Amino acid sequence: MAQHLVPPKIYFAVFTALIVLTATTTAISFLDLGPWNTVVALGIAFVKATLVALFFMHVKYSPPLTRIVVAGGLFWLAILIALTLSDFMTRGWVPILR
Amino acid sequence: MADARAPAASAAPATQAGPRELQHQFDTVEQQRGASTLGMWVFLVTEILFFGGLFLAYTVYRSEYARAFAEASRHLDITLGTFNTAVLIVSSLTMALAVFSAATGRRRALLVFLIATMVLGGVFLGVKAVEYGHKFHDHLVPGPHFRFPGPYARQAEIFYSLYFAMTGLHAAHMVIGIGILTVLVLQARKGRYGPAYYTPVEVSGLYWHFVDIVWIFLFPLLYLIGRHIH
Repeated sequence: MAQHLVPPKIYFAVFTALIVLTATTTAISFLDLGPWNTVVALGIAFVKATLVALFFMHVKYSPPLTRIVVAGGLFWLAILIALTLSDFMTRGWVPILR
Repeated sequence: MADARAPAASAAPATQAGPRELQHQFDTVEQQRGASTLGMWVFLVTEILFFGGLFLAYTVYRSEYARAFAEASRHLDITLGTFNTAVLIVSSLTMALAVFSAATGRRRALLVFLIATMVLGGVFLGVKAVEYGHKFHDHLVPGPHFRFPGPYARQAEIFYSLYFAMTGLHAAHMVIGIGILTVLVLQARKGRYGPAYYTPVEVSGLYWHFVDIVWIFLFPLLYLIGRHIH
């Protein structure tokens, strides 16, 4: 039971980081960084999602089995995206497939 | 009957926790709680793939029609989007504090934080309803009345189909979440949750945070990206 308890101090620190990152990503969207706009926006989203999962959802303090299930889910999502995009992104490479 | 067959080692925690808390198929309260958390995570993994399909469809169409998606995206209200993101983050904080309050036996704080989370969820849905209203007014809802100036009307309609599918599915999860919180509030008022047993609060918290994470990705993809593509 004790291992599940996260002190509220940590919750408030994570909350502050999430609010600052939200303000940052909105502010950056008004700058023209070319293709980097997408990279920065998604990068900040990944950092925010990781903070929520690790601390609010206690993944950092969870037993290995839970963490394997979480990682497995993300791996399956990566398969879904990677295999589909490897099709769509390469269709222009061979003229006959157009 | 279960007690008669149970090994002596497991009898002590069973009496500590009380018969209502510990089901007979588990040896300890920790084991039971771990099984519940793991089960919720397995469900959330199916949810990741559920939403993942929509995110993938968005990625494919956006890579095909980058310019049209950028123009369509500019009709979304970035102020309301940012405000709603902040509302959901605060609601995740109150949910985390609700779980902490339950685990430490602060029953009044538990009720306050659960109700605060519900109210914040309601605020999010209210803002979302206002945004949807604007889209109906501006003829940006896919269908026979869809109007979009310029050469990209058809592709913009795809963007708004994805917008309504993704935010609609997310909003449905919020409505279900508020329903779950209602049950938690009613149970918490009866003093059902305390340090010995708060699994429903913990597991519902996981669900609520997951819905928050989905919005953390929806917000930049729909509102922020492509403001400078012309």
